Amino acid sequence: MTEVFGTYGGRFVPETLIPALDELEQGWRDALADDDFHRELHHLATTYAGRPTPLTLAERFAPGKRIYLKREDLLHTGAHKLNNALGQAVLARRLGKHRIVAETGAGQHGVATATVCARFGLECVVYMGEEDMRRQKPNVERMKLLGAEVRGVDFGTKTLKEATSEAIRDWITNVETTHYLIGSCVGPSPYPELVAELQSVIGREAREQVLAVEGRLPEAVVACVGGGSNAIGTFRGFVADESVRLVGVEAAGAASLGTGRTGVLHGARSSILADEDGQIADAHSISAGLDYPGVGPEHAWLRDTGRAEYRAATDEDALAAFQDLARTEGLIPALESAHALARARDLDAELIVVCLSGRGDKDLAEALAALGLS
Amino acid sequence: MTKTLVIYLMAEPETPELARAAVDGGADVVELGFPFSDPLADGPVIRRAAERALSRGMRTRACLEVLGRTREAVPETPLVPMTYSSILEAYGWDRFAVDAHMNGATSLIIADLPAGEGPELRRVQLVAPTSTDERIRLAGEQTDGWLYLVTVAGITGARGDVSPALPGLVERARRLTDTRLYAGFGISTPDHARAVGAMADGIVVGSAALQAAENGPDALREFVGSLRSALDAA
Ligand SMILES: Cc1ncc(COP(=O)(O)O)c(C=O)c1O
Repeated sequence: MTEVFGTYGGRFVPETLIPALDELEQGWRDALADDDFHRELHHLATTYAGRPTPLTLAERFAPGKRIYLKREDLLHTGAHKLNNALGQAVLARRLGKHRIVAETGAGQHGVATATVCARFGLECVVYMGEEDMRRQKPNVERMKLLGAEVRGVDFGTKTLKEATSEAIRDWITNVETTHYLIGSCVGPSPYPELVAELQSVIGREAREQVLAVEGRLPEAVVACVGGGSNAIGTFRGFVADESVRLVGVEAAGAASLGTGRTGVLHGARSSILADEDGQIADAHSISAGLDYPGVGPEHAWLRDTGRAEYRAATDEDALAAFQDLARTEGLIPALESAHALARARDLDAELIVVCLSGRGDKDLAEALAALGLS
Repeated sequence: MTKTLVIYLMAEPETPELARAAVDGGADVVELGFPFSDPLADGPVIRRAAERALSRGMRTRACLEVLGRTREAVPETPLVPMTYSSILEAYGWDRFAVDAHMNGATSLIIADLPAGEGPELRRVQLVAPTSTDERIRLAGEQTDGWLYLVTVAGITGARGDVSPALPGLVERARRLTDTRLYAGFGISTPDHARAVGAMADGIVVGSAALQAAENGPDALREFVGSLRSALDAA
């Protein structure tokens, strides 16, 4: 068996994909052992993506606390998703793949993928649920401008779950030429580990930065959890520091860790929203990036071992934090990140690092309508 | 040896009658789809059939009950439930295997459980054109009765032509295993049946059978009969 995180993980995919996963795993190991790979990633991160991203103290947002925001919203394309997309694009080139497929929910991963494909001259197809195309329209337009083909998925929930299934079906069909650039730390092994490693730059930088300004480690780090990639990237910087609490925040209507059960979705065993027969349940969140019934297997394992804790925020909690951060700090967060902000400000801790995983321009129409401001 | 004709049907209340019709038309084995909400290996026809079956309440217990009734309708025919890991994870892997066999299953196919994963569950293994020789050998060793050759890198669904990847796969599988080889995915017409029957020991017809079954048992019997004749001429 290929479970990696306790009993979670694995490769629950059709046989057709197994050789490609083996090849990916080998290619990834070779890349990790190759200084040129690290140099190329570092060069892209610093000259193209905008790393390192700053750490900003949000004094007016949470008076009485010291909440630092890790500013992934300032990364090129406006979210942490680019860390992963850049790394996987470099890897895909090393594997000789010229066509990229991806799924997207909020559109941030789709935009990051379209961006790296434009940058490297790769063919790009992005699957997106039609409900998400509606609520994240600016990102659909950005992907098209960047030269990607956006394929709407018009069945089932018409959101990230179906988009992911369709991207995997495309990959099965075109596996010889195509790399599947998965957008979070989900999917069959080795994807969860690969994505976590590519996102771990968030936590590494944040740890150094908070030590530099505060001279001590934070009591807690907080991040929103959809598939879990910005959270795992943040946690990895602090997981060895036992005094630091790792807090993940799910959308209340998509709390795969909080209310889910062990199940199999999109190639991995994890904690998922499913009924007692194993049929996948619909998730709900105002935030398209969290509107997913699964979560990365490493989070299920961190939950079970007690190393990380997971909480939920409702649509209303997130909308309130969204508006408050805009008005107190002049920062418009992604609705996804607003879930982390909502729970960080009422956490029983004083010194906290929050991953501000993305910026909220994409969410204006949806959020203003929900707040009654449009 | 005559070629084996495997017909796939989705588990629904009408399945026992449809299975009877398929066997009367010349099917040797019936695969019974237990629907899953997110069937990664399936194209639109089987995916839609699964959505419909689920909307009609075809959860695991109801599927097992249909399996039992199908066993009564076709007492002599091997019956093979085909489903996805999530269903077994929820029901209990061992318990599923036991209850399926108690209700008349001959074996199982789990579309997203490749050879090497869950080795204790006896089932028909699948190999694909992308499989390495080593994996074909492993699948051949672990498989239960016959090996399912996936004709293309792709998902289920009718296709215009027989996959050009199939002859190479059959040739490798013959060399690496001595189990019977039944090919499926994309086989939808008597012409396909004849062409594939000339290479493999049997064929599996899914999406096209579901489409025929939409028009009732008589239409299914006639369609299966046309595949049978073509296969016997192979
Ligand atoms: C800004 C932002 N944050 C968070 C997420 C959730 O993904 P993950 O949990 O993988 O970080 C998304 C997904 O689209 C996103 O766009």
